[in-house]
Amino acid sequence: MNKIWVYIDQFKGEALPTSWEGISAGKMLAGQLGGGVTALIFGKGVEAIASQAFQYGADEVLLADDPSLDDYRSEPYSALLAKLASESSPEVILFPTTTRGRELAAMAAIDLNTGVLPDVTALEVKDGSLIATRPIYAGKLMCKVSCLTRPQLVTLRGRAFAKLPPEASRTGTLTKASPVMSEADILTKVESYSAGEAGVSLTDASVVVSGGRGVSNNPSLTPPAGLDEKQAEIWKAQQGFKLIEDLAQVIHAAVGASRAAVDAGYIPYAHQVGQTGKVISPDLYIACGISGAIQHQAGMRTSKVIVAINRDAEAPIFKLARYGVVGDLYAIIPALTEAFRKRLGK
Amino acid sequence: MKIAVCVKQVPDSAAKLVAVDGKANWGDSPLVINPWDEYAVEAALQQAEAHNGSVIAVSIGGENSKEALKHALAMGCSEAILISDDTLTQMDSQVTSRVLAAAIKKIGEVDLAFLGRQAIDTDTGLTAAQTARLLGWPALTLVAVITGVDPSARTIRVERSAEEGRLTASSRLPAVLSIVKDFCEPRYPSFMGIRKASRAVIPVWTLADLGLGTLKANITWLELINPPQRQITTEMITGASPQEIAENLADKIMAEKIL
Repeated sequence: MNKIWVYIDQFKGEALPTSWEGISAGKMLAGQLGGGVTALIFGKGVEAIASQAFQYGADEVLLADDPSLDDYRSEPYSALLAKLASESSPEVILFPTTTRGRELAAMAAIDLNTGVLPDVTALEVKDGSLIATRPIYAGKLMCKVSCLTRPQLVTLRGRAFAKLPPEASRTGTLTKASPVMSEADILTKVESYSAGEAGVSLTDASVVVSGGRGVSNNPSLTPPAGLDEKQAEIWKAQQGFKLIEDLAQVIHAAVGASRAAVDAGYIPYAHQVGQTGKVISPDLYIACGISGAIQHQAGMRTSKVIVAINRDAEAPIFKLARYGVVGDLYAIIPALTEAFRKRLGK
Repeated sequence: MKIAVCVKQVPDSAAKLVAVDGKANWGDSPLVINPWDEYAVEAALQQAEAHNGSVIAVSIGGENSKEALKHALAMGCSEAILISDDTLTQMDSQVTSRVLAAAIKKIGEVDLAFLGRQAIDTDTGLTAAQTARLLGWPALTLVAVITGVDPSARTIRVERSAEEGRLTASSRLPAVLSIVKDFCEPRYPSFMGIRKASRAVIPVWTLADLGLGTLKANITWLELINPPQRQITTEMITGASPQEIAENLADKIMAEKIL
């Protein structure tokens, strides 16, 4: 069995693409620690994910396919992971920093009496141990940490490690494992699932367009009659977010928002970027009507190219921006959508 | 119903952080209750109100961590306990969880334990799940809605938030819950609450009080660094009309070869 394991997060039989980043990170570590990479796949009807894992670079797959593992549940998943790891003693187990990946690493670490290095953005090997770099205080500081015990559990921040291009002909060894808990012993039941909004997921997106408080600031819009002041403000903001959504659609971007916009009720919390929202680092981040409070910067400052559109030339967001436009977003955004539509042939 | 809520004191989210001699420095910024923990306190209080229960707030730290506990008391918690021990110098999430799990056991007959989703200082997001695992209780993490708690049938049903949407899950009591911002706005401390909190005597428990020996962290901190400064030259895009500005900006963005 290989020393480097990579947990593949799946939902309803589909692997989350961020999981493949773990395989390429694992191969980098295997290059220094020796051996190959074993991918772990738990679920029901998930054998197809195994062939994908080989294509993305796994040398071996450890597959547990069972009805009791249908939906992710922390108890059967962490018990199984801990048993497999205590039998085979891997050096490292990598997880994606997804809701499930982080929780599974946390619980398996207790069973294995070891440590977790969460939300890691860089890894190096020194004297046979990992040194992980991770942002703390929402990226206002970075720390280097290591784990004194084995296995070293690491969750990788999405998009911090590049995935390898899949090779259709690549294959490997498939080993099957059985669950360790019976359905009757599992206290938690998953009853139903309701899909979130459709659209590009913020954390996976390579392009994000975000709106802030300024999105409601359009004096030339007249809200429908009968709305009070607060409702009128929200109505205006929603018209503004429609423009942002149009732009996002043309450039295949996810829609984000500042905390001010979320707290004012313009858009649901799932879109919030910042210290108490999502921390993201897309290749392109377009901030519309966002002043750039320090809490917001914490959520987006590592984006590769930042564009700021704001009325206020003194807004702190311009200090982070590669390109800035001082102007009315209600005029600029539709024109920008049109400009991209021409260039991208849509 | 007996409810515990675990809170942490952290630098305010508006604080500017700098690494000075390997330590985090937040200047004059105030220390506050971790913003995520306010949602946990709110959820705990709502359950106590619905089921004629009481909420005990627990925190780990030095004397100054009492401020986070006082905030929880001012919001409506009926008791607070500070766990403080000179041997707790090297902490990781596993040590924190061992201490919290021991405290929850010592409090006794706790039906629900609430935590925030993560602390905004160390940002690990591991403690709720690890505390649950150590207690042997179900972990219902990232809860956005508590749809039902039946203290006599010992069951709970919640909606959890995941990447793909909401999952409805049911489980048994006692359970550990972590709460996300979707839950609802936490209440402000009331005037009466603040007065009560300012007079409250907060007992301090040591590891020996919890029946714990010295705890050893598995994670070691090697270095604390300031993030690399980004050298950014901002280019302001101008034009005679919004269309011209947009054309110029689109050209610049296309030249970055991202789209």
